[in-house]
Amino acid sequence: MTQFLSLLLNGISLGAMYALIALGFVIIFKASEVVSFTQGSLLLLGAYSIARLSEPIGFYPAVLVGILLTALAAFLIERLVINRLRGAPVISLAIVTIGVDIILLTELIRRIGSDILNVPHPWGSESVRIGEVGISQNRLIATGVAGVLIIVFFAAFKYSSWGVAMRASAEDGETAALMGIRLGRVSALAWIVAGALAAVAALFLVGAPTPGVSAAAYTVALRAFPAAILGGLDSTGGALVGGLLIGLAESFAAGYQDQLLFLGRGFGDVVPYVVMIAVLLVRPSGLFGTKELTRV
Amino acid sequence: MLSVDALHVTYGGAVQALRGISLEIPDGKVVAVLGSNGAGKSTLLRTLSGTLRLHRGRIDSGSVRYGDVSLGGRDAAQTVRMGLVQVPEGRRIFGRLTVEENLRAGGMGNRDKAAKARARDRVYEMFPVLKERAGQRGLLLSGGEQQMLAIGRALMASPKLLLLDEPSLGLAPRIIGQIGEVIAEINRQGTSVLLVEQNATMALGVADLAYVLDVGEVSLSGSAAELARTDEVQRLYLGHDSDEPAAAEPLPGTRKTLSRWTA
Ligand SMILES: Nc1ncnc2c1ncn2[C@@H]1O[C@H](COP(=O)(O)OP(=O)(O)OP(=O)(O)O)[C@@H](O)[C@H]1O
Ligand SMILES: [Mg+2]
Repeated sequence: MTQFLSLLLNGISLGAMYALIALGFVIIFKASEVVSFTQGSLLLLGAYSIARLSEPIGFYPAVLVGILLTALAAFLIERLVINRLRGAPVISLAIVTIGVDIILLTELIRRIGSDILNVPHPWGSESVRIGEVGISQNRLIATGVAGVLIIVFFAAFKYSSWGVAMRASAEDGETAALMGIRLGRVSALAWIVAGALAAVAALFLVGAPTPGVSAAAYTVALRAFPAAILGGLDSTGGALVGGLLIGLAESFAAGYQDQLLFLGRGFGDVVPYVVMIAVLLVRPSGLFGTKELTRV
Repeated sequence: MLSVDALHVTYGGAVQALRGISLEIPDGKVVAVLGSNGAGKSTLLRTLSGTLRLHRGRIDSGSVRYGDVSLGGRDAAQTVRMGLVQVPEGRRIFGRLTVEENLRAGGMGNRDKAAKARARDRVYEMFPVLKERAGQRGLLLSGGEQQMLAIGRALMASPKLLLLDEPSLGLAPRIIGQIGEVIAEINRQGTSVLLVEQNATMALGVADLAYVLDVGEVSLSGSAAELARTDEVQRLYLGHDSDEPAAAEPLPGTRKTLSRWTA
């Protein structure tokens, strides 16, 4: 039972990080009609910037600058590449984002090399115990921060002018333009938010129990992608549910590895994709999606 | 005043949709543009509202001027901020947004908070049903209510010139009559209107001036009353044989469209 609760808690925490990244995918898709594969390298950029800047300027300023830099990078990708290809087929745009991702990723990996950069989280790598259940402080703080961000995000999406503009343009871009909504601005803002969310997720994903920033942080974003797809690529609520589902599945698969040995070692690594495929077989447009991916 | 002069528009560099049309919309007037399917009515509105580019259309030659500003290179957002607001063909309300959110979206081009609040009051006064349904999703409204919402949404931008693309499309005669009254009321409150229609009875009933578009060219123009008396309009748009006496006036609001083109 204790193990179950512990895996549950860790799964939720991991899932909250995935949800942040998946929300980025979803709002980019809604605002720019692009399936963006840049989230992985953006995440790594965030982690790398925070790690590198922590020493010279201190941890909290580094976090701030790291988030801003990542948001700026996302903004530049949108302005310099995506916006200029407006109207191109969705599939070409997706491949363009893979190209951008590889370029950014290659440069970051060259800089990181084979090192593991340390991020000096002030909360360190201690664990806390809640009753019988143990969780790293980092994961606990991550869950709190992600929870707050997710609530703020959903409130903004529902009530703010940004949210209304965003949903209107996602539903019918031409008509939104006729209302005076600037589609380019809506799209740029979505990328900025997605970049910032990826950087926040990065901040916690490279903390305990993960040893630090290495090129492997990139693969985390690859697990957030199935989260976005199984929730429904155009559904923000789906991104949240999908993220949690993937986080929980991964946590349980890893925790009960011994009982799951018949599925092969390392099942925890592939479980996000297994869950995604299972969901899509039953619901091709994802749990809450309205657009089928086959039509993308 | 909006003036269009010798305007040529093509799509994709090949399809000629407008072949040198000229027309004027004096301030404070309602101007109707009649024409059958494919005449170029929507193309004209897209040119005015700056959405031509979204359809890969282009102005080849000619000019569009609003007051003394050329509308040629402006995008949709700039045009809205200049006071030209279009209600698109087929209503195109945001079905997943609530009625209130639809109106909010309509006010996005309007920075002036006070003006927006006034516009909202005016919309709710003009269309009380929208106030009753404020929290409902747009797609739950009836066709007539959706058209009211589409017009209300455009009014949120406090337009000086309202562009309407076939507001009567697919609506029952009684509702079409109401829309005619709404247009007249909007005009009375000081907004000029460009009304694109196939329903000539309603359009000529509210318009001061009218133009007939035929395959990208203006074939007839004049005061709405005069135009309603011409043989061509009688025959093609009002459903009379030219030698039949005009006594067979169609019921107000009935949809008599061009039989030549309707499938
Ligand atoms: N996006 C487009 N691409 C290519 N050709 C187009 C496009 N839109 C319209 N056309 C062509 O331009 C011409 C004028 O079309 P337009 O839509 O302006 O007509 P309309 O008068 O609004 O017709 P309707 O009453 O059916 O709405 C038609 O021949 C049409 O086929
Ligand atoms: Mg049309």
